[in-house]
Amino acid sequence: MRLLRIVPDDTKFDFMRFRRISFPLSALLSILAISLYFFHGLNFGIDFKGGTLIEVQSKAGDADLAKMRTALGALGLGEVQLQQFGAPNDVLIRIAEQPGGETAQQEAVRKVRGALGDSVEYRRVEVVGPRVSGELLSYGVVGLMLAIVGILIYLWFRFEWQFALGAMIANVHDIVLTIGFMSITQIDFDLTSIAALLTILGYSLNDTVVIYDRIREMLRRYRKMPMPDLLNASVNQTLSRSVITHVTVSLALLALLLFGGQAIHSFTATMMFGVVLVGTYTSVFIASPILIYLGVGTGRDSLSAPDRDK
Amino acid sequence: MLYFTRWKATAIVLTALIVCLFAVPNFLPEKMVQSWPKWAQRHVVLGLDLQGGSHILLEVDSAAVRKEKLEALRDDVRRVLRDARVGYTGLVVRGNSVEVRIREGTNFDQAVDKLRELSQPLGGILNTTGQRSLDVRTEPGNLVRLTVTEPALVERIRQSVEQSIQIIERRVNELGTVEPLIQRQGVDRILVQVPGLQDPTRLKELLGKTAKLDFRMVDVSIPAEQALQGRVPPDSEILYSSTQPRTPYLVEKRILVSGGDLTDAQPGFDQRTSEPVVNFRFNTSGARKFAQVTQENVGKPFAIILDNQVISAPVIREPILGGSGQISGSFTVESANDLAILLRAGALPAPLTIIEERTVGPGLGQDSIAKGKLSSYVGAAMVIIFMLVTYGLFGLFANVAVAINVAMIFGILSLLNATLTLPGIAGIVLTVGIAVDSNVLIYERIREEVRSGRTPINAIDAGFTRALATILDSNITTFIAAAVLFYIGTGPVRGFAVTLGIGIITTVFTAFTLTRLIVAYWVRWRRPQRVPI
Repeated sequence: MRLLRIVPDDTKFDFMRFRRISFPLSALLSILAISLYFFHGLNFGIDFKGGTLIEVQSKAGDADLAKMRTALGALGLGEVQLQQFGAPNDVLIRIAEQPGGETAQQEAVRKVRGALGDSVEYRRVEVVGPRVSGELLSYGVVGLMLAIVGILIYLWFRFEWQFALGAMIANVHDIVLTIGFMSITQIDFDLTSIAALLTILGYSLNDTVVIYDRIREMLRRYRKMPMPDLLNASVNQTLSRSVITHVTVSLALLALLLFGGQAIHSFTATMMFGVVLVGTYTSVFIASPILIYLGVGTGRDSLSAPDRDK
Repeated sequence: MLYFTRWKATAIVLTALIVCLFAVPNFLPEKMVQSWPKWAQRHVVLGLDLQGGSHILLEVDSAAVRKEKLEALRDDVRRVLRDARVGYTGLVVRGNSVEVRIREGTNFDQAVDKLRELSQPLGGILNTTGQRSLDVRTEPGNLVRLTVTEPALVERIRQSVEQSIQIIERRVNELGTVEPLIQRQGVDRILVQVPGLQDPTRLKELLGKTAKLDFRMVDVSIPAEQALQGRVPPDSEILYSSTQPRTPYLVEKRILVSGGDLTDAQPGFDQRTSEPVVNFRFNTSGARKFAQVTQENVGKPFAIILDNQVISAPVIREPILGGSGQISGSFTVESANDLAILLRAGALPAPLTIIEERTVGPGLGQDSIAKGKLSSYVGAAMVIIFMLVTYGLFGLFANVAVAINVAMIFGILSLLNATLTLPGIAGIVLTVGIAVDSNVLIYERIREEVRSGRTPINAIDAGFTRALATILDSNITTFIAAAVLFYIGTGPVRGFAVTLGIGIITTVFTAFTLTRLIVAYWVRWRRPQRVPI
């Protein structure tokens, strides 16, 4: 049986040349993502904003959104958003945080239950009070920072500091772009998004570390090869692995995206973007070439002659 | 790399097998598993998002605890000064302190010494911290300020939470639900998780009530309406009825008998009107007090007060000597039952507020399980096929290793009695990706080594050696991310972190042992001239 070869042996793509395109491109995209964050904003879910989320399923046929909207609008709960959620009889109700502290949120749920009565099945009710939402947000941000710092320290121990710094720049780049993606798509930004961001971080690093591992090995073996050539060789040698791994991860994610249901939809969509699109690009076009600028390998013989001490 | 001693190979296979076996109870009918020994019954618990249920986070009202503590301190100061026959003026609660001005001409130092005795060492008999419950300071003008220290307050809140947990346990158990989880979170919070509830309204009502029951006399010196407009007598206060319309009552502040003196409360029906009522029974001291009060006040009304609302205010027709009584007051069968539950469980030391609620209905839970299963099967099938077309026989090895890997994840989850959530399933699916990656790393490395001219066995050996270092590095970074997620996450997110973290451990284990073992045995058996990848 002939086996599938997605990437032919001994590819010799000149990835490092692209750094003249990829660095400005990434800088531009990052600025775009940051301005999106500030001007377009994230669609903060109730985890971080506080408020109430109720998922109902109408018991008889499709849900009548207009009728529900008037019924709920009359309750005087401020901003009430209704949204079809998956099936036509499934509706997601979002109520902004009520003024008046913790008990006021519970009161809102009681009113909604009263207004909609028994015509619907209450599939999910989530109420996050003002105090908890503030804590969750700071936990999320602190967690993200902690993860980055923890990983950095590890990389610093295992590699040289330039590698750790390169990985961190790549990391921040990934997170910034993904946040830009979340801003454009207005995906709910909640605790699961933090989970998605952390996983993207882990995955992208995973990829970066695999290439860095190879670079380190090459640095030891070829003491005289010019850095761009050495980096190119490292990326090319690990290319087949990168592609195959990303195909399998994408297959797993695709299954989750298509059949995992609405509850984890935003999670998997974010992961798909972060892991497959950004993570791969970053490790090849950002994390590796940046080592040139960080001065990796400058302590070696800087002869550009072909290597002989193999 | 490809040589395993016999005992090492046996140990590896045994470890994998035993871990996998722990997953077995999850797939057998519950009846069959019940007859097994306890340690073998461990299984994965479905999270609330999968089986439906309520997650409710309660917070003890620290402001109320503080207020109560300060008022108790004020009463203590009054008692101490009165017992010592020390004159004083202006005894007030201010901020976190109680202030009192000792009258001129009395022995100031002696009074302060007496007040200092109120301060107690914290931290039990050992008193390792050296902290005290009160900070007593004197100021010019014979002023004494007693401040409740922060550790003392925290200690008090801690105790309230401890007591509240016991009371909540009793209340929730009355609902007859399976495996409710009640635990402390942080200093002043309590997490209540009750699986399988269709409607948490009743649960929330049972949790939210303090259930402080008092019996007090109604003050009949002036009518309540008049007291509302004018002066309320100093020893009385206005309270409203619990039912609509809310009628005001003027009741004495003095508590005759409190809910703490109850030994039992049961719902029942009034013999004459057949309305739902709550029958209660006092303990000995409560019965004695109640008998004395009712003897002295025949013909006068008294009030039954729950959480500062008057439930009913009946007139005492005759002395009640038997120590039992009846509360009536427009109950439904259910509300009478709930009140009985609350009274039996006892009053909370401080009010609790619901600060977070997440409820999933059973319908959504079943849908989520179905979707989780479907997406896992589809994902697994695609990955398996892809590996087979890419690596052939070695792809099969990889698939076997990944299958064992997933079984081991379930085994460890069962062993830990861990909770499986929908994001947890996503974590497992992603682990499949990581596990496959470890095989890809090894195989690609072998391919490279073959290309650089090594003999098959040499290439396989070198491929494993070099790839395993990379696998370890890359997995440790992902594991750090998972550990942070576990630390900061709650509920579903934590579930994701748990499966991801366990998945990484099993992945590293399988890559280092099982995959190698399988390939080693294949090499020994086939003596290949060519590596088929």
